[in-house]
Amino acid sequence: MTTNNEAILQVNDLHITFNTFSGKVHAVRGVQFDLRKGETLAIVGESGSGKSVTNKAIVGILSKNANIERGNIIYRGADLTQYSERQFTQIRGSKISMIFQDPMSSLNPIMKVGKQIMEALRVRNISKAEARQRAIELMIAVGIPDPEKRFEQYPFQFSGGMRQRIVIAIALACDPEVLICDEPTTALDVTIQAQILDLIKQIQKERDLSVIFITHDLGVVANVADRVAVMYAGKIVEYGTVDEIFYNPKHPYTWSLLVSMPDLDTSSSDELLVIPGTPPNMLYPPKGDAFAPRNRYAMRIDYEEDPPMYRVSDTHYAATWLLHPNAPKVEIPDVLKKRIAQQTERLVR
Amino acid sequence: MINSTLQPVLEVKNLKQYFSSGRGRRKTVMKAVDDISFTIYKGETFGLVGESGCGKTTTGRTIIRLYEPTDGEIYFNGTLISGELTKEIKKEVTRGMQMIFQDPIASLNPRMTVKEIIGEGLKINKLCRNEQEMLDMIYDILETVGLTREHAGRYPHEFSGGQRQRIGIARALITSPDLVIADEPISALDVSIQAQVLNLLNRLRKKLGLTILFIAHDLSVVKYFSDRIGVMYNGKIVELAKADDLYKQPLHPYTKSLLSAIPLPDPHHERNRKRIYYNTQIHNYEAEQPQLVEIRPGHFVYASPAEVEKYKKGIPL
Repeated sequence: MTTNNEAILQVNDLHITFNTFSGKVHAVRGVQFDLRKGETLAIVGESGSGKSVTNKAIVGILSKNANIERGNIIYRGADLTQYSERQFTQIRGSKISMIFQDPMSSLNPIMKVGKQIMEALRVRNISKAEARQRAIELMIAVGIPDPEKRFEQYPFQFSGGMRQRIVIAIALACDPEVLICDEPTTALDVTIQAQILDLIKQIQKERDLSVIFITHDLGVVANVADRVAVMYAGKIVEYGTVDEIFYNPKHPYTWSLLVSMPDLDTSSSDELLVIPGTPPNMLYPPKGDAFAPRNRYAMRIDYEEDPPMYRVSDTHYAATWLLHPNAPKVEIPDVLKKRIAQQTERLVR
Repeated sequence: MINSTLQPVLEVKNLKQYFSSGRGRRKTVMKAVDDISFTIYKGETFGLVGESGCGKTTTGRTIIRLYEPTDGEIYFNGTLISGELTKEIKKEVTRGMQMIFQDPIASLNPRMTVKEIIGEGLKINKLCRNEQEMLDMIYDILETVGLTREHAGRYPHEFSGGQRQRIGIARALITSPDLVIADEPISALDVSIQAQVLNLLNRLRKKLGLTILFIAHDLSVVKYFSDRIGVMYNGKIVELAKADDLYKQPLHPYTKSLLSAIPLPDPHHERNRKRIYYNTQIHNYEAEQPQLVEIRPGHFVYASPAEVEKYKKGIPL
């Protein structure tokens, strides 16, 4: 849980585009959030919503054809968007670290696992013997049994879950403050996923890490997050505490996300409430609210002007015209209402 | 939706699928599917769940004869379809059994138009008399899966992931198959598109009375979509029951651990989640000679005789 409100990382009005052969892709269009000390912020969205791009900008690993058009990323008083590659190497790994989705492709297949953990320490001028010692400690910390023996093995000798533990160990090697997890469990099985999530939570508590957790799986979000930001078409459309987002969502996109997948209580005779259509082509971002064409509650204004962020509570904001004082009153979908009621009922029991 | 007459479409008996690698002393045998049996009745959806590597995909692929089964029998509409097949039976199998694949990009030939992809099954099985009839059938099926006839002349790369999966579904359904094997049909799609495809499959199976073998790893989806579910672990079916029974009263410890690991979009629930871990040490299957035993009507568990007694008395392992 959040211990204090000190923001250690702030992203302000960030706009990122990519130059492609067919034109400029507007991947991120005005993202704004802050990350507080010791909290887990989950960023949810479909593929192409700009969640990974935003976080790649934070660690400075955007591809060459990317341009940061506007906005800034403030970390400890410095603007990361202005950083040179040399400056980034000072903070990458030691201050802000990242773990990726596929544990196989983020490890070097022809290098012993132990050496890969040591590598992160060795570039910081730590002696070989000490680095080895630290690497083994890290392997113990991330729950790898028999670390002395595993140290000498190659990635292919590890299972998916164990590989992801190694990746986490590497990310933690230089004691970062901020850990960015980009879909760390998507490639894993449910039982392994639960173990890795537990590990990330445990490490976060032990080291007082601030975590940005990118995922599209709302079950995972409910498990790890303190606060949630929902992204659609390069913008954050709603953010709030995990309880606010799950039990009192305000944006129609969040509603649809919450009910679009069946849960264990969904009867097979019920149709799922789907979001019609497909996400917009970000080569030509639509005028007005990007979600409007897929939104069953869209009003004329949605096609003309982008909604501002409306305040729901001190911690909860949503960008939808439905929250405008003059907007017609729209109830959340019955399915969702029923589901939330069931969940609250279960809690009481 | 189990048909009252309970007419079996597919019967799998003691199916084994081993893969071997290496030669001589180095030879290792991987038992991907190890002695499983189940029956799928007309009109029902049978779900197979399990973690990666448990053999669920291999099972599907062996049934449709993408692999040569090592041992065991597969009956399709009462005819034996494992082993050597005559030309007639082979023909009947290729028409009567169709597959929907996981990856909608890799499973469509990029150099064929949608029309050709869907029409191929009709041509091979001689289900249409002339070109016009074929086109009519293709247009018809395209509309059934939520595409339009204008799409027929296009190539797969012109479509989004969800639309490609619809093409895959259309290709599978055009021959009016008796059994559709859907191997992770939605897991490569985006969240909002998954629901669309799931709804489509659900609507189609009601409308056309499809019989489906639904293979997936997402337990909430399998629960939603299936009438009966088989849980696979290490190449074996460890529990087989009606979807509701399985989720309300799981018996096998592996099923329990699997169910306790599903992340649910409910923060309160997640905070109080109690994980159950499966300890394989609690039973020694080598010595105990376990079998798939019916504990309650329609609810089978893979257990040794001693465990069966416990299950029947309601004592958890």
